[in-house]
Amino acid sequence: MRAAIRLAIAAAVLLAIYGLMLGVEAGFTEYVQRIILLAGINVILAVGLNLINGTTGQFSIGHAGFMAVGAYGAAFVGVKLAGPVHGLLGPGAFADALVFNLALLAGALFAGVTGLIVGMPSLRLRGDYLAVVTLGFGEIIRILFNNASFLGSATGYFGDDPSGLPAYTNFFWVFAWVTLIVALIHNLTFSQTGRSLTAIREDEIAAEAMATPSTRLKVTAFAISAATAGIAGGLFAHMQAGVRPEDFRFEKSIDMIVMIIVGGLGSISGAILGGIFVAVSLELMRDLQQYRLVLYALLLILIMIVRPEGLLGTRELHHFLRRKKSATTPAPPTGRA
Amino acid sequence: MSLLELRSVDKIFGGLHAVKGVSFRVEKGTIFGLIGPNGAGKTTLFNVITGVYTPEHGEILFQGKNIAGLKPAMIAERGVARTFQNIRIFKTMTVAENVMVAGHHLHKASIAAAILRTRSYERDERALAQRAHELLDVLGLAPLAGEVAGSLPYGSQRRLEIARGLMLSPQLLLLDEPAAGMNSQEARTLNEQIRFLRDQLGLTVILVEHNMTVVMNVCETIHVVDHGETIAEGTPGEIKTHPKVLAAYLGEEEPENEASA
Repeated sequence: MRAAIRLAIAAAVLLAIYGLMLGVEAGFTEYVQRIILLAGINVILAVGLNLINGTTGQFSIGHAGFMAVGAYGAAFVGVKLAGPVHGLLGPGAFADALVFNLALLAGALFAGVTGLIVGMPSLRLRGDYLAVVTLGFGEIIRILFNNASFLGSATGYFGDDPSGLPAYTNFFWVFAWVTLIVALIHNLTFSQTGRSLTAIREDEIAAEAMATPSTRLKVTAFAISAATAGIAGGLFAHMQAGVRPEDFRFEKSIDMIVMIIVGGLGSISGAILGGIFVAVSLELMRDLQQYRLVLYALLLILIMIVRPEGLLGTRELHHFLRRKKSATTPAPPTGRA
Repeated sequence: MSLLELRSVDKIFGGLHAVKGVSFRVEKGTIFGLIGPNGAGKTTLFNVITGVYTPEHGEILFQGKNIAGLKPAMIAERGVARTFQNIRIFKTMTVAENVMVAGHHLHKASIAAAILRTRSYERDERALAQRAHELLDVLGLAPLAGEVAGSLPYGSQRRLEIARGLMLSPQLLLLDEPAAGMNSQEARTLNEQIRFLRDQLGLTVILVEHNMTVVMNVCETIHVVDHGETIAEGTPGEIKTHPKVLAAYLGEEEPENEASA
């Protein structure tokens, strides 16, 4: 019964997104559509990064590296899968969707495993080691892609086809993935695991004294966070003709951190707002080129002075809506899946 | 078999011999006091027992098995709960959530089950919330369950730490100065609560405390350490008049030929 209801809800959500897509394609120019897609990808990045930087309190400043792994992984797998799948099912929308989503999952898997490899040694330690390690990782992975000739080196990876990677990414898929990932991360955050992660952020020694396996949980959260960045990378790769190493510079990691700090570290709703904010403001500041970083720095300073906890702090939007209700029970998790 | 037994435990920090060959036994169902002047090594002993530090020498037998060198989370899982001298609650979480953090053993559902919100996950979650409320009730914190833990007064935060520790369903509870910062009324309530934990929940309690009224009232056995070494062990009556204990707390009498300051 419950499963049937959930399936119905999922179908309704997908239908709604599909309807929106038709509206967006009819009503907006391609330029605006692109900003909307980027905003969706940013939301995935921000919500995923918030799990580790906000909820768990471990600072990663190299998430662009995981996005890059996901982007290259998805692009490569997509190109290699397209032939066999089309041979099996024939060309068509369904075959494309299958190739695309398998490629995204492959990208997420690569990024997640990379997250495990990076996280396992560095998350054993308490403190800021993760920041240092991820900073290095982000640069190393970019330089690796810069030199990987089978992935096009510095020119980037454009697949085997002269017209570049297929443009699978559209409004429907971006928002289906945004919905899925926000729902999954929300459920994870408002669960026993999420409570344990927050406890680790608040006081790791006390959390361990309460039988919380802190290293295992931190590594798990980090791998999940890396995998979501991988999904975002895969969507990003299939938005344009190819993936280039310079798409994943250090500035990209900083953009992600701006997203979650603007919205409020530890808040999923805040991460969503922050993701949209960065996508829109990046476009508005395009003419300023590298000077936008100066503006960002100013903005961050302003936020630290005026509202150090970010727009929403650690709260969620639904906490504001429910404020009037008495708070004798812990915020009950909503039954989304 | 004693519930907990320390066999000549040593803990050394660089040049500081913080714990020197301390041995004691804590029998099941007793309230055991660990006292000594400031810097005597009491909290270090707690940290050694709970796995925060690994002792250089000696054995720590809990239910007959050596737990020295195990990780804190594993020792907690085996049934050793503790509170902290400098309160370590999860400040931004609610009182109920603080307690629920310690409830892994009630939550068997995997991360995947949590993400998918399966029926077994929701059942575990309800059981956990209910158990948390029962324990908050025991410590008189039930009306505050929805409050942010960091906003509670000091005494309530100390009791919250106890409730959180109880969520582990422990055999042994280590209380590190639970009466610190409490007024005499709160300390009396604490006495009753500690007895309640032993009598009703069958817990064994080790108590580090400077408030002698509390220690002398609730403890059956008292173990005194000074400069990392055992100086006495006995009933409250014996300890009160033990010459070495008096010397440690009040200072030794100066020899006649030296001028007193």
